[in-house]
Amino acid sequence: MRAGDLARFAAASLIRSPGRTFLMLLAMSIGVSAVVVLTGLGEGARRYITGEFASLGTNLVIVIPGRSETTGGAPAIMAGETPRDLTIEDYLALTRNPLVKQAAPVMVGAAGAAYGRLEREITVVGTTSEYMKIRHMAVDRGKFLPPGDPSRAVNVCVIGKKIRQELFGNEQALGEWLRLGDRRFRVIGILGSSGRSLGVDLQELVIIPVASAQALFNSPGLFRILVEARSRDSMPRLQDQIRKTVARRHQGEEDITVVTQDAVLATFDNILRALTFTVGGIGAISLAVAGILIMNIMLVAVSQRVREIGLLKAVGARRGQLTLIFLSEAVMLASLGGVLGLLLGYLGTLAIHGAYPDLDAQAPGWAIAAALGVSSLTGLVFGIMPARRAAAMEAVAALRG
Amino acid sequence: MIILEGINRIFQVGDQQVHALDDIHLTIQPGEYLSLMGPSGSGKSTLLNILGLLDKPTSGRYVLEDREVTSLSDDEQARVRGERIGFVFQFFHLVPRMSAFENVELPLVLAGVPPAQRRERVGKILEQLDLTDRAHHRPDQLSGGQCQRIAIARATIMHPSLLLADEPTGNLDSKSGADVVQVLEQLNAGGITLVVVTHDAEVGKRARRRLRMVDGRIVEDETG
Repeated sequence: MRAGDLARFAAASLIRSPGRTFLMLLAMSIGVSAVVVLTGLGEGARRYITGEFASLGTNLVIVIPGRSETTGGAPAIMAGETPRDLTIEDYLALTRNPLVKQAAPVMVGAAGAAYGRLEREITVVGTTSEYMKIRHMAVDRGKFLPPGDPSRAVNVCVIGKKIRQELFGNEQALGEWLRLGDRRFRVIGILGSSGRSLGVDLQELVIIPVASAQALFNSPGLFRILVEARSRDSMPRLQDQIRKTVARRHQGEEDITVVTQDAVLATFDNILRALTFTVGGIGAISLAVAGILIMNIMLVAVSQRVREIGLLKAVGARRGQLTLIFLSEAVMLASLGGVLGLLLGYLGTLAIHGAYPDLDAQAPGWAIAAALGVSSLTGLVFGIMPARRAAAMEAVAALRG
Repeated sequence: MIILEGINRIFQVGDQQVHALDDIHLTIQPGEYLSLMGPSGSGKSTLLNILGLLDKPTSGRYVLEDREVTSLSDDEQARVRGERIGFVFQFFHLVPRMSAFENVELPLVLAGVPPAQRRERVGKILEQLDLTDRAHHRPDQLSGGQCQRIAIARATIMHPSLLLADEPTGNLDSKSGADVVQVLEQLNAGGITLVVVTHDAEVGKRARRRLRMVDGRIVEDETG
């Protein structure tokens, strides 16, 4: 049999039994697209969460006052024991290190905030202008804290969206005076919703200059210093140098804890790994469903054609030829079904992305490859296997159906 | 020439053995016109299937054109079926999704004959059978008589030496049946060996050599 004739024969039998072909294509494309969409969804969720962690800051070294003696133990600050304060002077000493791209001191405290007759308890962060860049934050309106000498107390503040809504309502907030504790701060900016600090909702923050915070909370001690390294490679060296710099300033005592953002992220590794497994599991299940779907349709289709196989044998078709005929059909069907499935799956992920823009639902490459592989393999195996069985029958038995 | 020696065919039905063919000895000369008659279950169709290599005898020897064919491999038997033997079935067995032309062409396609040559040969045979204007109709658009003539065209397109017909008129009205018998007899007149299995005594009587089977044995063998 000639190659052209073989292709035409197979194509004709697909085209001229549109019902059967449609069902098989449906099974295959639904199988493939299910894998693409489901794993895309899982992968999107995984990437979303990873992205959230990344937005906490990159190449970040966190300096915490107090020394944690055992791994896994909480830094001393959390136990309420601080041998020596971390000060603005320490912070300034760190910024002079050439490995440091930028650094920001952080003070955190709670204070009552009031505007007019409205009042509530809020979290106040005292820091410098670098904080915004390190935390990848954005200002919605107005501007962030102005750069300048961190030891100068300027009475300005940047407030979160929710604070603005709750205290100012529909009134203009920019330029107004917000009372924090016993001081008044002019509102110069409103934070956007992007950027996140793990565990802290930016929308409910008020950010003031670090020196003002020191005055407000009546304490010179910083909560921590965030240091961004110039490069990832220099981070271990930087950590070392930070320890030495501060120790020199603290009478030779190493009384701080230096952790990296990576170390924080590592804590969440288990969560991410579980998510990856979940995506894999979803993929495996949808693949199995797709395979069984394709298998069933193929089995039904071939058993309907035993008579035709009998006739082909009667007019002189050899077993190899019969196998080849069904193989060609199965290959055509599998590739068409696979392409259709990918297309359908792509549309599905687009639709999901349209509905939830935050979720970048893209099927991972391995899932697409596995979906195509499994669908074409089941298509081929279950297209050929029953055909081979029919071809092995005595022609007279096959003719009877 | 066809020689059958000691052909047995035993079917296993449940735990019972059915002796469909019982020690058949038969010699058929080239160009003979033979009819096989007998009651249902007498083994005539089984004998025809064995002659056509559609079924294997349980034991015995079958020589076709000086060649022992019972011991051939599946693929070699397929080649013999394709090149030397033509079949006509009671229910035509045309491929429903193919046109008349494509059905006739099928054995040529399987044998790898080039398209130009195929078109010429199929066109010629359809013309001989007066089916040229039906070439592109599918079987469900054709009458029974036309379907059977298409089936005959397909059976003879490879110029076989042996044409086997299993109840060729069984599914046709008498007029179409007569047409079909006439076509078969013309082919026989052209030199092809013709074996017809039939229930119809009128059809059976027309053959020059008439076999009668009962319970898997040939009980009558008349010539003339």
